[in-house]
Amino acid sequence: MAGSDLVMHDNEFQKIDGELQRLHQQANANVVFLVDKNGQLIASAGDTHNIDTTSLASLTAGNIAATGGIARLLGEKEFTILFHEGEKDNIHISLIGQRVILVVIFGQRSSLGLVRLRVKKAAEALARIFDEIASKAEKEKVEGGKSADSPFAEISDEDIDNLFK
Amino acid sequence: MSFINYSSREINCKIVYYGPGLCGKTTNLQFIYKKTNPEQKGKLISLATESERTLFFDFLPLALGDIRGFKVRFHLYTVPGQVFYAASRKLILKGVDGVIFVADSQIERMEANMESLDDLRINLAEQGYAVEKLPYAVQYNKRDLPRVAPVEEMNKLLNVNGVQWFEGVAPTGVGVFETLKGVAKQVLLELKKHY
Repeated sequence: MAGSDLVMHDNEFQKIDGELQRLHQQANANVVFLVDKNGQLIASAGDTHNIDTTSLASLTAGNIAATGGIARLLGEKEFTILFHEGEKDNIHISLIGQRVILVVIFGQRSSLGLVRLRVKKAAEALARIFDEIASKAEKEKVEGGKSADSPFAEISDEDIDNLFK
Repeated sequence: MSFINYSSREINCKIVYYGPGLCGKTTNLQFIYKKTNPEQKGKLISLATESERTLFFDFLPLALGDIRGFKVRFHLYTVPGQVFYAASRKLILKGVDGVIFVADSQIERMEANMESLDDLRINLAEQGYAVEKLPYAVQYNKRDLPRVAPVEEMNKLLNVNGVQWFEGVAPTGVGVFETLKGVAKQVLLELKKHY
């Protein structure tokens, strides 16, 4: 299979969650999300009760993908920041290390300037965490090791059939 | 590209429905949406034109259940089938874990099927994928219509590698879950090889 799957363990997840919590607080944001480029939600911070996070993740990734397509048509490598302004809430979307998408939803308690500043800091920290994950995955690939608590180790046809009952 | 999260114990995979315009990709998703329990599915999102032709993609998140304590989620996408949406189709294939090629069984659509299959091969190759190496199945849809090509002939034209195929009548659900299950199984078995 081309490309590599994203495998995240508890300690990495905690680090990412910590960064998102910090950003949520420091940027006075309503909600902060991290989405992978294929549209899967990785983590979130803030009040997500009234938001369909799965749909939001998929549409954000579609948005970034379409914008990336436009960029290439114009000879740009990528547009790394998208900003949508609403009547009450705004959404700031940025691409981190070509891999993940950071989404910040904020209202009148914050401002675009503050969000941009805090996002920049958080992006650096998150990029480092994802570099670690990538190099770890690379290492595991070379060693060919499988995770001890892998859900796939003993997966059977019956397990899969049960999903469709 | 699957996302395996040991912290929240979730496995997320992406399956894309591909095929020529009006072959029934969106109808497949609509049937799945209609027939799954509310707690298993998210919203069906359709980015479509006013005449209900897919403009960018349809999206349906599906939580099928647990395997060994891990929640298994499939994210189903369709591409826009119309020829001139080529740029959008490429984007949706990014990070795909499995592909379902929906073919229109009507004789007059055979050329459109072949064109779409070529387009799929090219777009996958651009990302370093090959149909032969990816979890993949073919659905011969619209079997209920009067002027349809025999399955043997369609296999010759559209399935030279002899992959898993299903006959479908998407509006009534014939073959819909069977096809999804076929590819979902391949995706999970592929993951088993690696993790």
